[in-house]
Amino acid sequence: MNSGNPIDLDAVRFQYASDGWSLELPRLRIGVERFTCIVGPNGSGKSTLLRLAAGLLKPVSGAVRLDGKSLSGFPRRALARRIGFLPQESPPLFDYAVEEVVRLGRYVHSGWFGEADADGQRAVDKALSDVGLTAQRLRPLSHLSGGERKRAMIAAVLAQESGLLLLDEPTAALDIHHAAAVMRLLARLGRRGRAVVVVTHELNLAALFAERLLLLVGGRVIADGPPSHVVRAEVLREAYGDDIMVREHPETGGPLVVARRCGAGDAGGNDAD
Amino acid sequence: MPISPNLRARLTLGGYLAVALAALAVLPWIGAEPLDGEQLVAFFRDGQQTPHAQILLQQRLPRILLALLVGGMLSLTGATLQVLFRNPLAEPWTLGVAGGAAVGAFLTQAFPALNLACGPLSSTQALALLGAAVAMGMVWLFARRAGAPTVHTLLLAGVTLSIVCSGAMLLLVYIVSPFEVLSFNRWMMGGLDVLGYRELVSVLVLGMPGVLLLLSLARAYNHLAFSEELALGHGVDVARVKRLTFLGAGVATAACVAVAGPIGFIGMIVPHVVRCLSGFDYRMVLPCAFLLGGSVLAVCDGIARTVIAPTEIPVGVITAVIGGPAFLYLLGKR
Repeated sequence: MNSGNPIDLDAVRFQYASDGWSLELPRLRIGVERFTCIVGPNGSGKSTLLRLAAGLLKPVSGAVRLDGKSLSGFPRRALARRIGFLPQESPPLFDYAVEEVVRLGRYVHSGWFGEADADGQRAVDKALSDVGLTAQRLRPLSHLSGGERKRAMIAAVLAQESGLLLLDEPTAALDIHHAAAVMRLLARLGRRGRAVVVVTHELNLAALFAERLLLLVGGRVIADGPPSHVVRAEVLREAYGDDIMVREHPETGGPLVVARRCGAGDAGGNDAD
Repeated sequence: MPISPNLRARLTLGGYLAVALAALAVLPWIGAEPLDGEQLVAFFRDGQQTPHAQILLQQRLPRILLALLVGGMLSLTGATLQVLFRNPLAEPWTLGVAGGAAVGAFLTQAFPALNLACGPLSSTQALALLGAAVAMGMVWLFARRAGAPTVHTLLLAGVTLSIVCSGAMLLLVYIVSPFEVLSFNRWMMGGLDVLGYRELVSVLVLGMPGVLLLLSLARAYNHLAFSEELALGHGVDVARVKRLTFLGAGVATAACVAVAGPIGFIGMIVPHVVRCLSGFDYRMVLPCAFLLGGSVLAVCDGIARTVIAPTEIPVGVITAVIGGPAFLYLLGKR
């Protein structure tokens, strides 16, 4: 497993053809810290940023580089050996079993008709145990809870054994217990030598586990740094309006975001969509 | 005792192969004319040309082999189109691709001047390929333009295209030779009545490269069954897989239709049955669909040959009568 996979986004600008919305990034390097969370309101460009970093979207101007080489110069397979990407929601057409899903992550390591070699099996077993689904390996996806399904999809990316993981909302639609479990797992993977970058709406979990937070608003990065630097009331108000307060996490002393009971009416600057 | 996945895969494939071989062994003996053992013995032992040996070797055997091949190719193609269009009811006929190919192939029948052949390849195949390409392009553009079309809109477009193609062919027949409407049945409903092995060879030569191409993409379909983005994240070159699938599916469909006309539903139902019986891994689904699809079409053709003997029904009538209701059932279940 190689961990030196920082991605350089060099004055990247991206625009969807349909409307005027654009994402404009400063010189940005991600994938150095062990666990980075990208946060921001809906429509702020979090997923777009992640897709650019994964090479799924091409910037209108500027460049996205790995090893100083533009991502578009990498064949898909070579890129996937270095960077694992998990999109938001991918409901499958067919009801695959958990282990079949995890084995999909081995695509880049095998030939035409796949392999059943010891290495591949070991990686699959390890990914399953990392996400705690070893006992459910033969169950079809439809028999799993939402949290377990999410973990199965994460396990597939883990089995890919890329040094950098880019995950789009791995905690979406999970209850607080399962969301925290997923974040804990990702933080642990970070400690074991992979770099993990996650898009999430879970500000508090992000503040609790991440080493670095990127706060996006309207396609711009408005704060970038450790949670204590980003999760401050005066910073967050710019993104989420005046309806929030920042307190102290009773366990860690870190920042904790809570909503006010009485909002400031229809506070501007809220959700863009 | 748990059996290893490898052994299990081999047993499964072996099972489907056994079914296909059984069809090949049994079906030649069934037909309008009961075969006379003495005549066959006379041929095989003494080399004497007898009518029944001719029936067996020049009519039934090539026809059953053709059914195995065409049924297999249509089913395998259907299985890949179902993933490509993210629609479990897609197949060459319901998408209108078979209809488009039939119009192309039909042109050489309606206008004999267009009929050119070069070895096993012919202008019929070329025009079938063109028709399939046009139809597939139309359905694909429709699927793109409508954003993410529901299961129903895409099928509505495809089936409508099939009907338009049938209508166009009927119109041509009535204009060109109104007294020969019956003989053009094959181009409306599909049929496998052939004499000798020429057609078999031409299907093999054009269609097999397409089939092998689709088989080589088997693993990628497992990723695409989730989403294009997930497949890209796993390292699948999605754009390439799509291009090659269009190419392989178009070639295989055209090869089948150029010989047998548009045979419907087989390519939709067989992959369903295979996935129910032996799981969703496309490395298994594709070869198993090929083997089972061939067997099913051979059996359907056996029914078509015998049920109103001495006359025959186009085999597409049988697959439509069985497959249509199954299609409606699956459509309703979703």
